[in-house]
Amino acid sequence: MRLVVAGNGMVGQRFVEALRSRDAQGRWDVTVLGEERRAAYDRVRLSAFFDGVPAEELSLHTPDDGVDLRLSEPARRIDRDRRVVVTDAGEYAYDALVLATGSFPFVPPVDGVDATGVFVYRTLDDLEAIRSFAAGRRTGAVIGGGLLGLEAANALRLLGLTTHVIEFAPRLMPVQVDDAGGAMLRRYVEELGVKVHTGTATTAVRSRTNGCVQGLTLSDGSWIAADLVVVAAGIRPRDELAREAGLPVGERGGVLVDTACRTADERIYAIGEVAAVDGVCYGLVAPGYAMAEVVADRLLGGAAVFPGADLSTKLKLLGVDVASFGDAHGRAPNCLDVTYVDPATRVYAKLVLSDDARTLLGGVLVGDASAYPALRASVGSALPGPPLALLAPAGADSTATGAGIAGLPGGAQVCSCNAVTKDAILGAITDGCADVPAIKACTRAGASCGSCVPMLRQLLDVAGVAQSKALCEHFEHSRQELFDIVRVRGIRTFSQLVAEHGRGRGCDSCKPAVASILASLGNGYVLDGEQASLQDTNDHFLANMQKDGTYSVVPRIPGGEITPDKLIVIGEVARDFNLYTKITGGQRIDLFGARVEQLPHIWRRLVDAGFESGHAYGKALRTVKSCVGSTWCRYGVQDSVGLAVALELRYRGLRAPHKIKSAVSGCARECAEARSKDFGIIATDGGWNLYVGGNGGFRPRHADLFASDLSTEDLVRTIDRFLMLYIRTADRLQRTAAWIEAMDGGLAYLRAVIVDDSLGLCTELDNAMARHVESYSDEWRATLESPDRLRRFASFVNAPDTPDPSIRFEVERGQPVPAADRRGPVALGLPTIQGVRR
Amino acid sequence: MSVETVTMVWTVVCPYDRLEPERGVAALVGGAQVALFRTHDGELYAIDNRDPVAGANVLSRGIVGSRGDAPTVASPLHKQVYDLRTGERLDAPGVAVATYPVRCRDGAVEVGTAPR
Repeated sequence: MRLVVAGNGMVGQRFVEALRSRDAQGRWDVTVLGEERRAAYDRVRLSAFFDGVPAEELSLHTPDDGVDLRLSEPARRIDRDRRVVVTDAGEYAYDALVLATGSFPFVPPVDGVDATGVFVYRTLDDLEAIRSFAAGRRTGAVIGGGLLGLEAANALRLLGLTTHVIEFAPRLMPVQVDDAGGAMLRRYVEELGVKVHTGTATTAVRSRTNGCVQGLTLSDGSWIAADLVVVAAGIRPRDELAREAGLPVGERGGVLVDTACRTADERIYAIGEVAAVDGVCYGLVAPGYAMAEVVADRLLGGAAVFPGADLSTKLKLLGVDVASFGDAHGRAPNCLDVTYVDPATRVYAKLVLSDDARTLLGGVLVGDASAYPALRASVGSALPGPPLALLAPAGADSTATGAGIAGLPGGAQVCSCNAVTKDAILGAITDGCADVPAIKACTRAGASCGSCVPMLRQLLDVAGVAQSKALCEHFEHSRQELFDIVRVRGIRTFSQLVAEHGRGRGCDSCKPAVASILASLGNGYVLDGEQASLQDTNDHFLANMQKDGTYSVVPRIPGGEITPDKLIVIGEVARDFNLYTKITGGQRIDLFGARVEQLPHIWRRLVDAGFESGHAYGKALRTVKSCVGSTWCRYGVQDSVGLAVALELRYRGLRAPHKIKSAVSGCARECAEARSKDFGIIATDGGWNLYVGGNGGFRPRHADLFASDLSTEDLVRTIDRFLMLYIRTADRLQRTAAWIEAMDGGLAYLRAVIVDDSLGLCTELDNAMARHVESYSDEWRATLESPDRLRRFASFVNAPDTPDPSIRFEVERGQPVPAADRRGPVALGLPTIQGVRR
Repeated sequence: MSVETVTMVWTVVCPYDRLEPERGVAALVGGAQVALFRTHDGELYAIDNRDPVAGANVLSRGIVGSRGDAPTVASPLHKQVYDLRTGERLDAPGVAVATYPVRCRDGAVEVGTAPR
């Protein structure tokens, strides 16, 4: 049977995925007609595009051979008699047709609104057009102060425009929040430099003689100069296909469908923003997804019905949390309001309760929406705690919401994006899901917006699944807890720590972790006294052990910049010690095949020539890679090499939970691949953009834009704090990407802590980094200066200069490599016990 | 202390003070490569220095610690953990590396081998 889907937006895509995943026998041949040149993408995250997220990362498209996806080929007409959909390219016959054509932006009929430089905000093409038109322009205005309007305002702000927002209603986001919430929101938005005009309408758009927009006239008579205008005055269903085919539409537009999402023609369905279920259109993605599931089920013989929609929303707009749920405006008769307003922390919260103050009906949160998941899930049931305890921010994320979850009915939706109930999640936990990623994979809960992830954790707690954070059998603490114990109690040795806070004598998990903590807290040379025994062999011998027991040596080459003389020294050392030589991915040179007793001799030569340890062996800063930058490159806009050298020298020797890599690119062409690093810097005309949380490796991840157009001073201060917070709070062997992903609140929280100093930690972090920079000394040189330390570098304690006879090399491509019989993986032999116990 | 059933050849390896607590050294004893450890409580242990998984002589360079009551060393290459008392690999019972008798006399550490 033939199925045609008109529309490839989020809901259309979700529908096709749902159908295909259940249509195991392949009953339906699916053709999808999309108007845009791109396959489906995440429109909810559209503004991430201006945060530097490339368009392809927003894609929702997964290749499927069973689906004929036709892009740039919109459905033009439905011929219901012949059961065909007509496009510019031809006709597609259908046994069933699903309309998922979405909405179009409503542009009010204002005089002059067709001027050049007036845009809507709906598609990636719209955003690209806005970005390119904004170049070199100064002022922008957004008509509409709702959700979409504020997103657009943020986009203009990120593009560097002075931004105005004009809203006809007396407050921002009139649909979601009440007057007091709107006032709080306005304070946040104005602090970001956005100029807000409420209670006024745009009466005309004025243009220059060249046709480009010049500004807006408002109904209060004022004039706003603007070089660019975005219209975000709401959306309307794209129901023209249905209208022309004679299908009934709602009073305010939208194709009328029943609760099976079926139109008046039993072969035609409508889902998403174009559908009017019992006359109501929904402009949110979650109800659209629910409709997609209903129709997928129906087409395979099921009897699913649309259950009605939860119109609750939680968003982060311009960095402000805004949430509204249930009966947010208190429309129920005799309902009661409980309001919490804190101008100091700028939090506004309102709960709407039933007339007996027992049942939660809805609410509004501005500034802090951490209580949202628990509150939304409680709508319609008993209040999960005393109202003030629920609203005060400190109570919201701890006991109150925890208690609330335990008290939630099983049918309450925990994840509204994917309509997952508390019962479904508890069922998955019973079936063996033991952590958040497992629950996500199994139920899709938390897989879209992620706002319910804290609740998933609490449900694991409620179900009695211990979320162990113990480092190993010797410590029940996480690395962060150990860090705090060591710092606060001033503990200087592992022995003291394990005696007072652990058990046994440690292992290869906790000892290097504690060694790293002690090093981070400024315990000097890492190989003195007991600290030496904590180090992994690489840190112990200040070199990287290879498979045959020899080491590789990597001298620091800051920024990848090296003089010919120093390059010659490296060549001579490699030649004289017969070392295999290879250029690394981090713009340095790795010398392989050094026996343990040769290491000090090799370092002596290198140190005398001005080299120092590159810490290739440490959980520490490795390299700061760079492109050639503005010094030579005709495209470069900043001196990327100079910055890379300065950063590498600043952070060299900094011990961390895992290795740290960095890079600096001198322009947006990004030749240094900075976005694959823990912290990457890309030059802009106005300074530096900082990206954090990238890595290559097993699970590659692009770094996220953290801050834009920073001065060098601001950049360095931000990186200082980022690194120190990471060192203090990350788990053992947790790279920065995983650290940020695991953080409640993610990047926004990180910004609050290290930019806005929300925890009052910044001075301490700054001082910690200052101490590191002051106290740095080269470990190779320090080792060479001490006969005691040098004793360690013996092949045999009773024959210090006798080479290990089992190390043998052969020659490959002109260089020494481990002998072939030493190279393959070695099978485990049977046990051979020769000695006797003493 | 088990009974010595054969006559041991004892080789003096180094002064006791040369050994750092919870760290190993390698020694050449009658042609064999031995990993010698001093644990936190001052005890001495000697096992074969060869990591049977990687085939490299590196066990003396592993991290010394404990698992339950057992004093242990972890291979620095792939982190398998061995019981210093028996040479047994704790995560794969039945697999073991050789152990050697070791003693301290007049401040000198001696490793015993059976005569060939």
